[in-house]
Amino acid sequence: MRDYLSLLFIAGLAFLLFIIAGELDFGNAPMRVGQGINQAAPGQVGAANIVTSVVLAYRALDTLGELAILFAAATAGGLVLGRPRPDAPRDPDAGFILRTAADLLFPLLLLVGLFVIVHGHLTPGGGFQGGVILAAAFFVPLLARPGTRFRHTGFAVVEGLAGAAFIVTGLLGLIYGGDFLQPLLGPGAMGSLLSAGTLPLLYMAVGLKVGAELAGLIARLAEFEAVEP
Amino acid sequence: MSAPDMGVTLFIAAFGLVGIGVLGIVTATHLVRIVLSIVLLETGANLLLMLSGYRGGAAAPIIVNGVLPDAMVDPVPQALVLTAIVIGVAVQAFMMTLVLRVYRAYRTLDIRELRTCIERDLAREAGIPLPTSEDAPLTPLVNEPGVGGGGP
Repeated sequence: MRDYLSLLFIAGLAFLLFIIAGELDFGNAPMRVGQGINQAAPGQVGAANIVTSVVLAYRALDTLGELAILFAAATAGGLVLGRPRPDAPRDPDAGFILRTAADLLFPLLLLVGLFVIVHGHLTPGGGFQGGVILAAAFFVPLLARPGTRFRHTGFAVVEGLAGAAFIVTGLLGLIYGGDFLQPLLGPGAMGSLLSAGTLPLLYMAVGLKVGAELAGLIARLAEFEAVEP
Repeated sequence: MSAPDMGVTLFIAAFGLVGIGVLGIVTATHLVRIVLSIVLLETGANLLLMLSGYRGGAAAPIIVNGVLPDAMVDPVPQALVLTAIVIGVAVQAFMMTLVLRVYRAYRTLDIRELRTCIERDLAREAGIPLPTSEDAPLTPLVNEPGVGGGGP
């Protein structure tokens, strides 16, 4: 009975939303901010990927807040899960095929992740996407060999340094550009790797921070003993 | 001109995802399924946000070979969705840590069993009788002073 009532409620909700959507003028939404950014961003910021100029130049403060939320979630996850006992039982290593595939994938994933991060201001991609690929690169070997110990300290150091680099870049923008997280160094030649001022540096910091944070969080999830010892 | 048809399809997809997500949250009794429903709901909301920035026949907001396209879609919702996806992943990871913790404590992920377990533990720790509702059959426990028998 409860299920049928919920189904009825969802049907009503979907119908309501659909009626509201029907009133909208699809494909011709009035978006002056977006059009203004599309016009101004190539000259002001110089990033070929305009979404990157929005994320790291016009809304860079939001990105800093987003990194703070990610950090808070990772910290809370570590706090809730706790540290594994040193003598905790581990799963045995996977078979030969999986271990070899993990060894082969590690450098490739590292390369792809760094490529996506470095080209974040030119192509679809960037620090968040590339950071997740980096995290996968460090997690795949852990899946193949659950017995090896994940070095949390190194990842925490990388994460802290990357976060500090983001803020320091922002403070340099405050000193030399007049605004916090103001892009420096000029737009440069559109479409070249060294363009868009400090945006690639910011995306490097974001990518390393996201990668280290997610890798550490997933490793903590994997290390957690779901069954009480 | 296929743009309106595409719009209808995409809106149906977005609302369908939102609907499936809400339905899962309401009806599912397994904690992991509830987490997955929240993920679906998030995806639907993100798709809806993306649709709000769409313009008919416009290109993606990326300049290729220095040529500025005639019309580009709104980049602001795309940046917002990028933010939303990352925050969603963070929240999902945190939800999974809580689910793992719950499983370790009670050895079950069924919310009906969890409710009885948690109410029993709460009542034992606080030294109060098990909670009842106003609709429950009248028992002597309800009339005892200091019992939260529903209502203020």
